[in-house]
Amino acid sequence: MSTATITAPIGKTGADEGRIGLRGNLRHIGALVRRNLVQIKNDPETLFDVLLMPIIFILLFVYVFGGAIAGKGNQQEYVQYLVPGMMAMMGMNVAMAVGTGVNEDFRKGVMDRFRTMPIARSSVLIAKIVVEILRMLLATAILLAMGLLLGLEIRGSLLEFAGSVLLSTVFGAALMWIFILLGLSVKTPQAVQGMAMLVLMPLQFGSSIFAPTTSMPGWLEGFTKVNPLSNLADAARALINGQGALAHPALITLGWTVVITAVTMPLAVRKFRSKT
Amino acid sequence: MTRQTISTRGGNAVEVRGLVKHFGAVKAVDGVDLDVREGTVLGVLGPNGAGKTTLVRCLSTLLVPDAGRAVVAGCDVVRQPRALRRRIGLTGQYASVDEKLSGWENLYMIGRLLDLPRKDARTRADEMLERFSLTEAARRPAGKYSGGMRRRLDLAASMIGRPAVLFLDEPTTGLDPRTRNEVWDEVQRMVRDGATVLLTTQYMEEAEQLADELTVVDRGRVIAEGRVDELKAKVGGRTLQIRPTGAGELDRMVGAIAQAGLDGITGATADHDGGVVNVPIVSDEQLTAVVGLLGARGFALAGISTHLPSLDEVFLAITGQKTSGAGTPESASDTHDEQAAHHAEVGV
Repeated sequence: MSTATITAPIGKTGADEGRIGLRGNLRHIGALVRRNLVQIKNDPETLFDVLLMPIIFILLFVYVFGGAIAGKGNQQEYVQYLVPGMMAMMGMNVAMAVGTGVNEDFRKGVMDRFRTMPIARSSVLIAKIVVEILRMLLATAILLAMGLLLGLEIRGSLLEFAGSVLLSTVFGAALMWIFILLGLSVKTPQAVQGMAMLVLMPLQFGSSIFAPTTSMPGWLEGFTKVNPLSNLADAARALINGQGALAHPALITLGWTVVITAVTMPLAVRKFRSKT
Repeated sequence: MTRQTISTRGGNAVEVRGLVKHFGAVKAVDGVDLDVREGTVLGVLGPNGAGKTTLVRCLSTLLVPDAGRAVVAGCDVVRQPRALRRRIGLTGQYASVDEKLSGWENLYMIGRLLDLPRKDARTRADEMLERFSLTEAARRPAGKYSGGMRRRLDLAASMIGRPAVLFLDEPTTGLDPRTRNEVWDEVQRMVRDGATVLLTTQYMEEAEQLADELTVVDRGRVIAEGRVDELKAKVGGRTLQIRPTGAGELDRMVGAIAQAGLDGITGATADHDGGVVNVPIVSDEQLTAVVGLLGARGFALAGISTHLPSLDEVFLAITGQKTSGAGTPESASDTHDEQAAHHAEVGV
């Protein structure tokens, strides 16, 4: 028994046997998306952030700051300015929830179950992202509905409008990988939230989301020029207001999207695989 | 799906040689060898922090061992993890089900993840709920289940894919005696159906109920192994516990037993707190002799029972030492270290 030989027959199970095809992968992702959706159905409170945040934020900004920023009586013009910018912000706030979600999942035994099953480990993460994109689209829809109530006019074409939503969505999805990485790296969901806020606040407010950047000091204005949220806000604003695609901000946003995804996705997936 | 068979009858479903897993300075698993014959139950008995959970996590591909080899259901744990995952089921110490989903949704999801067609996944979920007496609770979130129900759901989830090898990590820890018996019944049924089981436990009684063979581990090493009855004989069998009607009789009873000099009976002791006399015995004849003696001497008995030795007593008999686990301050820090090491690993 103490000899170092193994007598149990090793089956003809080459590395190929466990390989999971594309259809298998899609089926697994589907089952896991369903899991996340059923979770929301069973616990609708988890949707509150998505449902209420756009409403509260838009009311606050339009009525508290709108007059000061755009001049009293000019709230309607401010709505036109603010709503596209807030589309950019929604993505970021929803993305933050992915980090806490992943972190919580890991503190439960169910992740052990997934990791001992014959599924690609990345499918757990991809399913999460799919569901969060749905949540993000819902938040965007509520935001736009609120905007329309407050007098927002979609001045661009349908295509331009769709472009603005698409741009915010892909950028938000890229951000999710950052938060997943964060969620896998820190110990508690609270820590995820705390660290996320540190990053979120300067990015959100040091941008053109809420106010034009021309009144900011030079160094801050410089920061807003590279801040992806600023660029996304500018691009979405131009598209919704029918000024055509602003090539520069849209490109910078897409560039950020690609870079963020390319760097953080492999890191997150690797971390997820090796996490014990 | 049919149960996957892995070799000719009587082969080993699990073979482990020289397995090592360290977390920093903590040698959680430190050169373990063990075999589980196909269709049998191996009990891995040991105190908290002995490395049982780490061992199971290595064998179920959740951890990569530092050294040594392990083959489970014909697959090497390091080189063929994906193929291996098709052949195993794991029920951990902490329920590995999604607490926000209902019992049915949990089982359906697992069926789908195991590539069952929708219809089959539905039927199988119903079937397993029925079998584990969870049909009534099928639509309730698993988070609202009692401890026993959750553990049963966990077992059901592990059985959906009809695994060749099932790992049960302390399946009854934290359960009350009634639910514990339910879980035991289910495990016995799985074995009758042909599963090979590796189960870890802290309780000799559980090992005796479920296991064919035992491996006793401490501090990451195997310190004894063999059939359950062999180990029991080594440890010295059972403890006969006698409760007299009057608590004042305890010392007189001990005296009477010692004086009678019955064959092989030594070391009767009075447990004043428990109100019982404990007599170590190795055979049914000895039990009869002691009870007969007390009857003949006119003692009024309120109850008698026999108990298997506790883990502490097993360790005492095997190693001549107390367990490194369960209760001593040193062991508490041991366990803590192992967990801390797990966390450290997570943080890297």
